[in-house]
Amino acid sequence: MNTLSALNRREFVQTAATAALAGFGSARAAAAPRSKAPAGTGRHPAWVDVNVTLGRWPFRRLPFDETSTLVGKLRQQGVTAAWAGTFDGVFHHDLAAANARLAEDCRRQGRGWLRPFGSVNPKLPGWKRDLQQCAEAHQMAGIRLHPTYHGYALDDAAFAQLLVLAGRHRLIVQIVADLEDERTQHPLARVPHANLQPLVPLLRAGTGARVVVLNWARSASLPLAKQLAEAGACLDIATVENVGGVDNLVRQLSVDRVVFGSHAPLFYFESAALKLQESALTAETSWAIRAGNAMRLLSPV
Amino acid sequence: MTIWDAHIHLSGVPGDTPEARLERLLEYADRLGIERVCVFMGMKWSYDPSPDDLRQQNDEVWRAIRHFPERAFGFVYLNPNHLAASLAELDRCVRDGPMVGVKLWVARRCHEPALDPLVRRAAELKAVVLQHTYLKATGNLPGESTPTDLAQLAARHPDASFIAAHTGADWELGIRALRDTPNVSVELCGFDPTAGVTEMAVREVGAARVLYGSDAGGRSFASQLAKVLGAQISAADKQLILRDNLKRLLTPILQTKGIRI
Repeated sequence: MNTLSALNRREFVQTAATAALAGFGSARAAAAPRSKAPAGTGRHPAWVDVNVTLGRWPFRRLPFDETSTLVGKLRQQGVTAAWAGTFDGVFHHDLAAANARLAEDCRRQGRGWLRPFGSVNPKLPGWKRDLQQCAEAHQMAGIRLHPTYHGYALDDAAFAQLLVLAGRHRLIVQIVADLEDERTQHPLARVPHANLQPLVPLLRAGTGARVVVLNWARSASLPLAKQLAEAGACLDIATVENVGGVDNLVRQLSVDRVVFGSHAPLFYFESAALKLQESALTAETSWAIRAGNAMRLLSPV
Repeated sequence: MTIWDAHIHLSGVPGDTPEARLERLLEYADRLGIERVCVFMGMKWSYDPSPDDLRQQNDEVWRAIRHFPERAFGFVYLNPNHLAASLAELDRCVRDGPMVGVKLWVARRCHEPALDPLVRRAAELKAVVLQHTYLKATGNLPGESTPTDLAQLAARHPDASFIAAHTGADWELGIRALRDTPNVSVELCGFDPTAGVTEMAVREVGAARVLYGSDAGGRSFASQLAKVLGAQISAADKQLILRDNLKRLLTPILQTKGIRI
């Protein structure tokens, strides 16, 4: 059962703006304007989730923490592609092995449905080789960074160096600000919020890296998010809260800076999906968030 | 599915009046098929409200729900540090007014005997008592209750009905603390949509003791509704959590007041 079909459809149709339907998967596809979807996307409009993670969360078993079941869940909801990191990449030191497993796990799902985003930690010895392997050996579209879990600040010189190197390799750089609310973390794994302010001047300086900030809403204020967006970063919606939060974000930032990220399987996928419905976005805005902006990141001019 | 939201506030949306804010909130609720909401606390909050502040906040809620009698239930906000004033507010807003429940926040930990007169009076009026509960790794506020505190209070008042708002937020601990206290329902609102919470709640306390709430407007209706719609539980259990359990808890006082639903 997808998200919409769980709701009372009659009530929904009576009350929801038609445009909001464009934010949903297969059951919603009929209402979605196809004109904005690029040719060749098939029967259903594209929907790209840029924020999923494979493997085991160390502190509890999660529904859908097996790759095949997660992919099945996302497909059922109408997602057509996902960008995947790995929990091993957060907690392990042997990131080369974690990234190789991630690449293989994604490859097994077939035809680029899951795009692997390997983890790189610029404070580890030999990190440049990890980055190079992500770009060359695994042909990844991007990498995922966990500065708070890996123990460095974004004003660290190694981070600036990483951004430049990622730009040279044409890698998208995903920066994960948080994984969970600091108030509910395991007492043995207390991790602070990320300070994202130093990222603004780095982006303005033009490192060449395309940056996506994930799970940022507990780390950054809306004004800082706006600065990041104006400096060229994209931000996902996984941790955006308040009623109508996505609509508010789009109005504060630019629509081309907001991407769909669910933070599944740590979060229920339906959270991000229903936020699109709650915000009653125009069809064009919904399309940009669901897929257009992510596709642009993959194919920069 | 029919959805009733057990927990919203007059916050997170623009509006100069309580009714303007509630109207905006209901517009968002409409987009997600939410039929009714329970609203409490006013337009400006304080941890330890004075009697005058309590009255003003309750007046704001009263004013808001008056405009939407088919959509919104009001809960009276009380402060156990001002017992006489709180008992008077309970009578004014519930016995003599339109409100159907009690909201207790962070003024005083709820296991303390000081709360007993409020709970006894609420039970006489058949009003459900919704108590904020949190277990913060960063440390609770001095008057902030834990699920264990609520379990102690509920055990002293087996005839009263309680809602554990947020279920401690650290829900794996909160559910465990409350599972042997049958007159407490665990409510899913006001923390991140961490997968597995609803499945564990249903497994440990049974679907009949689990309630959907959002904590909107500070939280999104969407992120909190996802905890139920995305859970790996039966459709029948989802309907219990989304509306039927709350309706069952409110039915005695609604019948007493002659409110038909």
